[in-house]
Formats: sequence, structure tokens, C-alpha cells
Amino acid sequence: MTGYLYHLYQAFKEEILFLPSRLIALVGIIALVLLPLFSQSPYTLKVFTLASIFAILAASWDLLSGFVGQLNLGHALFFGVAAYTSALLNLHYGLSPWMTIPLGALMAVVTGMLVGIPALRLRGQYLSLATLAFPLILTGIIYVFPDFTGGELGVSGLSRLSNSRLADYYITVGLALGLGFLMWKITDSKIGLIFHAIREDEIAVRAAGINTTKYKLLAFAFSGFFAGISGGLYAHVMRLAGPSTLDVFMSFQPIIWTAFGGIATIYGAIIGVYLLYPFMEVLRIVPEYRMLIFAVIIILVLRIMPQGLSPWVIERIQKECPRCKRHNAFTRKTCKACGTSLEKPSLGGDSFKLEVKTSE
Amino acid sequence: MLANIFVNTLIHASVYALLALGFSLTFGVARIINLTHTAFYMLAAYLIFTFVGTLGLNSALAILLSIVLVTIIGMLSYKVIIEPLHEHDTTVLIVTIALALAFQEVMLILFGGHFRGVPSLVKGFVTFLGVRVTNQYLVVIAVLSVILVLVWLLLLKTRLGLAIRVTAQDREVANLMGINVSLMSMVTMGLATMLAATAGALVAPIFILEPRMWLQPLTIVLAIVVLGGLGSLKGSVYGAIIIALVETLVVFLVPMGSFLRGAVSLAIMIIILIIRPEGLFGVSFEGER
Repeated sequence: MTGYLYHLYQAFKEEILFLPSRLIALVGIIALVLLPLFSQSPYTLKVFTLASIFAILAASWDLLSGFVGQLNLGHALFFGVAAYTSALLNLHYGLSPWMTIPLGALMAVVTGMLVGIPALRLRGQYLSLATLAFPLILTGIIYVFPDFTGGELGVSGLSRLSNSRLADYYITVGLALGLGFLMWKITDSKIGLIFHAIREDEIAVRAAGINTTKYKLLAFAFSGFFAGISGGLYAHVMRLAGPSTLDVFMSFQPIIWTAFGGIATIYGAIIGVYLLYPFMEVLRIVPEYRMLIFAVIIILVLRIMPQGLSPWVIERIQKECPRCKRHNAFTRKTCKACGTSLEKPSLGGDSFKLEVKTSE
Repeated sequence: MLANIFVNTLIHASVYALLALGFSLTFGVARIINLTHTAFYMLAAYLIFTFVGTLGLNSALAILLSIVLVTIIGMLSYKVIIEPLHEHDTTVLIVTIALALAFQEVMLILFGGHFRGVPSLVKGFVTFLGVRVTNQYLVVIAVLSVILVLVWLLLLKTRLGLAIRVTAQDREVANLMGINVSLMSMVTMGLATMLAATAGALVAPIFILEPRMWLQPLTIVLAIVVLGGLGSLKGSVYGAIIIALVETLVVFLVPMGSFLRGAVSLAIMIIILIIRPEGLFGVSFEGER
């Protein structure tokens, strides 16, 4: 028994304590789990519940757009379709959230397929701009049939996700971390490798005998599913599904969060939401300047770190071994795995220059 | 009714054409999707409002001043914020939308969210096919068409226009031929901003001013540019005419049409894209991947 525990401790030390970035992630997760111990105010819980829901949304955007490179400017489509599906099923058929959320997510997958099949004929920027149109078209349709969709007011009076706010909090945080981990694992798998490759050079991937359209559709389906779950959760937490779920701004928000946290990382998207969303709530103390401060901070941060926050931080606290490509803490002088020196190669460059000079 | 549709289509088509032309130029030359573009249009309209309404300046002077000011703001924001990031596509997208939001918020703080109007620059109206058309409308249509022709001449007949088109066609070769690509990008950005500002300044008296007035034209301009073919100048003008006509028809002929006007024009864009994935006049960049 003690041997097993010792083994576990060793694994923990090797895998997590060893890298500063993983340590930060661990601290963040523990903080999220323990948060209700420090503040049980409905407001704080609600903010972090919504942040968790949006974390799923942002990560699902990153899966499609960051990894596969299909820059989707209409991600609100999946979110809104799932929110409306869950809301209507709940209201008209009395299904419980445990049924409506997965059904909403499936509906989002179907929508993803319906949109994806024509959209994938388009390339690059055309695809992005065409996807922007879909949620706006759906909004127009929703306004025209107010009897069924509630028009401008949306569908309200849905049943709660669970009985208490605390349970809501743990369900959404658990789902955000769990689904985030799942998405991260997807991008780490063989499918993820193909996703990466499609973004880098689609023609080369096709030349290697891989059906890229199939994989791009798969990415649309995955992304639609996760975004759909977040849409369904949102509908039940807010107890409302309105046209704001299909808004242009709702499409841009996950992009802003992901670009802020670090694109094509999944964890970057989640970090971006957990930092920016509560920050936006703090800014409510100066309501008039809230959006302005937000916009200026986004501009400044991205101007300094074009890749986003987390790659910028990781670059500073970790060093990649030049030989075996393993990451090491910034304090180490040699690679933990293979012992190669981690000193900046500038030394080698200088001596090379000197050599050239002497030979002249 | 018919005359109404005709006049409205003309107004919207010329405004959209100016906006789309600038957007298309920036995309072609500087290779960025500049989502701030229509915010400059909003900015110009508000400057006119300040100059004419608050400061009581002469309207011609006000138009000139606001166009110059907005053009300077546009070029500065390109040089300081956008250009250093232009290798990161998504980052540019986010930064430009954040910039537009920042402009919107500044206007909201300065002027509040009320709907504002600017007094007409010219008074009176003429009767045209039995419909009253105010002279302001006629002036807007006339000036916008003249500007459109001027831009056309600038791009097709002058050396600067040649340099801009060459840069749009192939940045690397243009660079090798001794064209300062970075400068051309900034000049194009200035030109595009100027066009947007002109559109904004001219329509300020006939449209309603509010800080969020950039969002609706932005989606329409995106639709037009994609429909006409990204980076194609001819495409943006034809696209503007098509979208303006469709919008006006939907508003006038379909019940609840004003809710649907965005949806129908976007649906038309998607249908055209499905038939012709590179837009009506787009060229597929084969050499680039």
C-alpha cells in the first residue's frame, strides 16, 4: 500500500511538479474546486458557472478553428441551435435537462453537418466569412416566427439545471474541465495530428492519401457537439434561450477568449475564459468604461503577445530541450531526460563567428 | 413604389460599394481582414455631427475635416497596431474587432447611446416618377458616383494605382520590382479609410446615427465582398448593387421584411458561394497556399 502511494507520489512529482505550467494548471483546478469554500455568494457562483460554460464554447472553437484552421466566425450557430433545441424540448415536452442538453448537442452536430457540407467547398477566408452568415440568417428566421420561437424575447421559464446553485457550479466546472481534457486528448491523438496537418498544408495531407473533407467534417461534428453542450447548459442555467445566443458578438467572444489565452492549445482557450470573463464582471464597477477597457486590454495584450497569453508565459517559464524536445523548467541547466545543455545556443553562434573572423 | 425601390437601391448600392471597395482593397493589398473598416464610417458620421451640430462649422468644411481626420486615424491604427501583427491572421481579426469596439465605446461615452440626426446639407426636394426625393438624396447619389469613378480612374490610370494593383496581385514580386510594399499597404489603408469616411460623412444626414451603426454594414460588406470575390474591385461594385437591390426588394415587398433583409442577402451570398466557391469575380490564388 505504501509502495503504491510512494509510486503515485513519484509519478505526481515527475509529471506535474516537474513542469511549472502543469503546476499552474493544477493550482488553477484546485482553486476552482475550492472556490465555494471561500465565497458562496450567488453572484460569484453564477459568474464562474457561466465562465465554465463559455470555457467549453471557447475550447470547442479552438478545436475547429485553432487546430483544423477552419476559421469559424459563426460559432454562435452551434451554441444558439443547441440552446433553442434544449429550451423548446424542455418547455414543450417537459424533458429534463439531462435529456435536453445531449439532444441539443446532437442537433448542433446535425447543424454542423448541414453547414459543413456546403461550407467545405470554400477555402480559407471565404469559409470564415460564409460561416459568419449562418447564425445571422437563423436570427432572421427566428424573428419571423415569434409564435414558435418567442421572437425577440426568446424562450423563457425553463427548468433549472439542478436544485442548488452550488450543484450548478460543480456540474459546469466539472464538465468544463472534463470536456476540456477530452478535447485536449482528441487533439493529442492521431486524429488531432491529422487536424494539425490539415491546417499546415491541406494539399500535402491529401497527397498522403487522407480524405481531408472527411476529417474537416469530423472536426465540425466534434466542435458542434461540444459547443452544443455549452449552449444547452447556458439555456438551463439562464433559464432562457434568446436571439442573443446567435448574436455576432456571441460568435466573436470565443475567438477573443481563445486568441487572448493562446490559439491551437485548448487549455489556452479555457484559461482565456477563466481570466477574462470574471475580469469583465469586476469591471462592472465602472459600467460606462467596461467595454472600452476590455477592448483596449485585448489590443494591448495581443500587440505584445501575438500568440496569446499562455504560449508567451510558457516560453518564459519553460525551455524546450534542443535534442529530445522535452520541456524543462526554466531553472534547469541541463535537460532532465537526456542531459543535453539547455543554455542558449547564442554561445555556439558567437564562437562560430569568431572562427570565421580568425580564418580571414 | 417602383421609384422608391429605385432610389433606395441607388443610395444603398453606392454606400455599400464605397465601403466594400475599401475593404476589398485592404484585403487585396495589405492581406488583412479589417473588421474596423465600417467603424471608420461610423466615426466620420459622428465627426460631422460634432462639427455641424455642436461647433456650427460650414458643412463642406466639416465634411473635409472629418474625412482627413478619420483617414489619419485609420493610417495610424494600421501602422501602430495592425501591421506588426499581420502574420497572425486570427490575432488581426480580434485586434480589429477590438479596435472597432473601442471606437464604439468612445462614441458611446462621448455622445451617449441615443439616436442622433444631422441636419440636411441641402434643402428642398424634387418629384421623380411621382415620388418626392429630397435633394440631399440626389447630392449623396451624385457625389458617391463621382467618387466611385474617381477611385476607378486612380486605380486603373495612375502609377500609384498600378503599384497598388501590383502589390495586390503578388506581394513578393512587387517587392522585387522595387515597390515599397509596407508603404503601399499603408497608403491603401488610408485610401480605404478615406472611402469609408466619405461614405459616412455623406450619409450622416439621411441615416440615423448611433454608436452601433457599424455592425450592420459590416456584415453586409463582408457578404458583398465574399459574393463579388475577395480582393476583386469589380466584384465589390457588382456585389454592392446585387445586395442593395435584394435588401430593398425584401424590405418593400415581403411582410416583416425588415427582419429578414440581412438574412436574405446573406442567404444569397451563400447560394452564390456554393455555386462559385471563389465568388462572382474572384480569382483563386493558385500560387499561394
